[in-house]
Amino acid sequence: MTSYTDYTAGEPVVDGRAPQGPIAERWDTRRFEAKLVNPANRRKHTVIVVGTGLAGGSAGATLAEQGYHVVQFCFQDSPRRAHSIAAQGGINAAKNYRNDGDSVHRLFYDTVKGGDFRARESNVHRLAQISVEIIDQCVAQGVPFAREYGGLLDTRSFGGVQVSRTFYARGQTGQQLLLGAYQALSRQIAAGNVELHARTEMLDLIVVDGKARGIVARDLVTGRIDTYFADAVVLASGGYGNVFYLSTNAMNSNATAIWRAHRRGAYFANPCFTQIHPTCIPRTGEHQSKLTLMSESLRNDGRIWVPKAKGDTRPAAEIPEDERDYYLERIYPAFGNLVPRDIASRAAKNVCDEGRGVGPGGQGVYLDFADAIARMGRAAVEAKYGNLFDMYARITAEDPYATPMRIYPAVHYTMGGLWVDYDLQTTVPGLFAIGEANFSDHGANRLGASALMQGLADGYFVLPATINDYLARNPHQEPVTAAHPAVAEAVAETEDRLNLLLAVDGDRTPDSFHREIGELMWEYCGMARTESGLRKALDRIPQIREEFWRRIKVPGSGEEFNQSLEKANRVVDYLELAELMCLDALHRAESCGGHFREESQTPQGEAERRDEEFSYAAAWQFTGTGTAPVLHKEDLVFEYVHPTQRSYA
Amino acid sequence: MPRTLWDSTVGKKTVMAVSGLIMLSYLVVHMMGNLKIFFGAGQFDSYAHWLRTIGEPFLHYEWALWLIRVVLVAAVVGHAVAAYQLSRRDIRARPGGYVHKRARASYATRTMRWGGIILALFIVWHILDLTTGTVHSGFRPGHPYQNVVDTFSTWYGNTIYIVAMAALALHVQHGFWSAAQTLGVGNATRDRLLKTLANVLAVLLFAGFVSVPVAVMTGVVS
Amino acid sequence: MKLTLRVWRQKNADSPGAMATYEVDDISADMSFLEMLDTLNEELTLRGEEPVAFDHDCREGICGACSLVINGDAHGPERTTTCQLHMRSFSDGDTIDVEPWRASAFPVVKDLVVDRSSFDRIIQAGGYISVPTGAAPEAHATPVPKPDADVAFEHAECIGCGACVAACPNGSAMLFTSAKVNHLNVLPQGAPERETRVLDMVGQMDDEGFGGCTLTGECATACPKGIPLPSIAAMNKEWLRATRKARKVGR
Repeated sequence: MTSYTDYTAGEPVVDGRAPQGPIAERWDTRRFEAKLVNPANRRKHTVIVVGTGLAGGSAGATLAEQGYHVVQFCFQDSPRRAHSIAAQGGINAAKNYRNDGDSVHRLFYDTVKGGDFRARESNVHRLAQISVEIIDQCVAQGVPFAREYGGLLDTRSFGGVQVSRTFYARGQTGQQLLLGAYQALSRQIAAGNVELHARTEMLDLIVVDGKARGIVARDLVTGRIDTYFADAVVLASGGYGNVFYLSTNAMNSNATAIWRAHRRGAYFANPCFTQIHPTCIPRTGEHQSKLTLMSESLRNDGRIWVPKAKGDTRPAAEIPEDERDYYLERIYPAFGNLVPRDIASRAAKNVCDEGRGVGPGGQGVYLDFADAIARMGRAAVEAKYGNLFDMYARITAEDPYATPMRIYPAVHYTMGGLWVDYDLQTTVPGLFAIGEANFSDHGANRLGASALMQGLADGYFVLPATINDYLARNPHQEPVTAAHPAVAEAVAETEDRLNLLLAVDGDRTPDSFHREIGELMWEYCGMARTESGLRKALDRIPQIREEFWRRIKVPGSGEEFNQSLEKANRVVDYLELAELMCLDALHRAESCGGHFREESQTPQGEAERRDEEFSYAAAWQFTGTGTAPVLHKEDLVFEYVHPTQRSYA
Repeated sequence: MPRTLWDSTVGKKTVMAVSGLIMLSYLVVHMMGNLKIFFGAGQFDSYAHWLRTIGEPFLHYEWALWLIRVVLVAAVVGHAVAAYQLSRRDIRARPGGYVHKRARASYATRTMRWGGIILALFIVWHILDLTTGTVHSGFRPGHPYQNVVDTFSTWYGNTIYIVAMAALALHVQHGFWSAAQTLGVGNATRDRLLKTLANVLAVLLFAGFVSVPVAVMTGVVS
Repeated sequence: MKLTLRVWRQKNADSPGAMATYEVDDISADMSFLEMLDTLNEELTLRGEEPVAFDHDCREGICGACSLVINGDAHGPERTTTCQLHMRSFSDGDTIDVEPWRASAFPVVKDLVVDRSSFDRIIQAGGYISVPTGAAPEAHATPVPKPDADVAFEHAECIGCGACVAACPNGSAMLFTSAKVNHLNVLPQGAPERETRVLDMVGQMDDEGFGGCTLTGECATACPKGIPLPSIAAMNKEWLRATRKARKVGR
């Protein structure tokens, strides 16, 4: 048997949909070239949408408005609870309301550069173009963005960008945008155009004659396994950050929908590109179930430091100024505390690895507002960050006005995902992936306030335009029935998997395995990766998988509401996805964006890209559990933004 | 519009608010009229007689009074039926309580239903006692002063009356503020004013009404 | 710390439920309430018993999934969501009662999980602005006075958790409904559907079997997002206004 790491290189994967010509005209060109479905015929087409977050909610609503029959799924009890709701900071748009030199081209440029030149130019430019329309749409829906006294929209600068292009609704922008999409979706549900299945989780994709034709889903209340058929399937199921166990993702966010689609033939691109957010509240102990993000804006006024001495356990107040190391200001004098996310995260890890971390377990650094309070006054700090300070105090029981906050990086977002072409179609015809579920427009690193932009761009504007083309070219598909062998096979596989989980009756809980794989990934496929570490992880993962199927314990039955079964089934997929992430990280011997290979760094210790070898998106083809996948490369061509090495020193 | 009103919980609450305010304004007038008792039997009895002659000669004898009575009966019926239906609905909406009990809401709020029932029973007794005289031995039509003194010379008359007035005060205290919310008059800035007004009304009504039995008991009125 | 938990256990919607008693040990004050329940569930799983089912997701206080009545209080003793409640609010040796939201319109699904789809249907009845994708005017075409935008935001903060219904002795959804009505009705964008929105949403609220409002104020006290009680008065005002206008337009 060949080793999992002995992957083979397959044919390059080509984005056959992206039009050529001047970049600013490509989206118009594509929309013009795309075939349309006669409005009268649209209601004859059924489209399945999995997920109701920003991407799924907006896509479901828009497709229904266009006249399609939409069947939509969410595992939550209500579409309003999708994890997009937790996004705090804001949403970027090239409105240039500030007249500060912003433009579509600048947003495009910033995003390609921020992504460390691992995104597709055509997609990113389209994203920047559409950003403008998103704000219009959301305002019209009643999204209560922050406004100035003149009644016009307020913006702020975010994530070290030099223009003020981020629209926000206090610290709850994601919530407000999601409620806008949810409301639009609700309108279509009431109109009978969307058939919503809440508390229903997709467990497999049905592929008939090479085309995506439906899904297998489990009703989480009754446990019933059902099949749903359609002319096209859209996955908007979010990212896979929960493979790390501890992340800022919601507890139930999972990779099952995209992983099952991958197993059915959809290529998975750049799985190792994960974003680690530098300002999260550190874990307090073994019981920790998830991590909470603190808005990045805190770094505008807070100063990050650790004690100069190792193992210094004195309280912060007792450490004199000259025994403190403001390490970001020391290493990056030009940007100081405002260096990009990946750099701030890695620097925190480094000082903690040196034994200079603070707080329980030494896994934290101080974010100190003493200077800001002295300079601006407590009232001003309170006005600017009051809600964040309150949140911190509630979680930690410490007063951040009196003692410095403790922060530590945490997994936050996954740039990788299902490979899609310009139409957002995966390598399985009729299967589309939108939002965080696709490998998207963020390259190797996402800029702040761009996730909301991408989710809504995909859902409101891109997919509804491009899916027409697919449906118009496949107008009269044979109806699929439960009797079709492909359907029967998918259902049987799903039922067998669940039954096996229930039958093992071992002595370890799903959570214990999840924690184990998560810790392994954090250690070896987290902020800094090495060949030896990744190989260790790749050796270990099959062992955990084997142990899982020997020792898993799932109480209860499959014919009822069973959260242990849901969890165990998700862990099954993490145990496979983790392996692919490590392999992708191992094969990409360069550093870029959120992917830092210690072997590839500049003399100053910064990430060193190797464009000659790695200027491509890595799209992996599944060949079987634990067997070596096939790598298909999509070459990235940069016609407008020319790759340069990032430098923040 | 009547159907919209009556079919909706918010509409029924509106009916309760409006009918409650009608009854409340009546009570304020009633209470002030009662105070005439302190000016002696002559004044009080002739005031009572005047009530029957309001509007004359345009209206006939007692027409105005009957008009008021009809409005009041409509208000009482509307208020009570809406309250009954809403209460049934509320109980259906929350059939089982929590195993872990804890005191909820203010006393006035929690006693609205029982207070309302006490007041309804009181009104029946009050009419039988001082309007028709059915349950009043030695009732003398046309001599309200004497009838009032009679009633408040008995321990049970005083007890029933004072307990009912306490219930009334609590009912008005929550009811007035609540009606303001239902009619959409309440808002954050006006809240304190409305609450104060509700308290003042409750105290004034209680003091005004109870001053009569107290005066009889203490011999100020005899 | 060591705690005694009395938890509502109910197999499914059709079975009767009862309180069951469990002991948990080694509970850290830094744990969230849900992490304490995780600890219990790990133990139950290893003992071969079914873990306690409860809704939860973001654990950051924003998704509105978590929904426990703790010692008779929706979301427990602090004014926050259950997921943001920490065990430092309790003391060693405490007995804690944990129950599901109780309301006819929120039937129990299992243990502490209830069905809140009635809230979704209230939104479906009119809790939106009808603006198909692509039909929106330029965002700055209609300035919104900042005070109005702030009022809209204050109400838009509602997370739809249902604590207001759970706390209300009448199982009323007035605070929830008023939050959405006020969010949209105060904005110029929401004006064209201002009347139908409030009438339809209140109508749906009644149809779902929620109780009426007796203004006990329990909802606003329990609301983790601080939706204020006067929201209800504001919605009543909208409703009365719409009822008057609806007559004129012959609705």
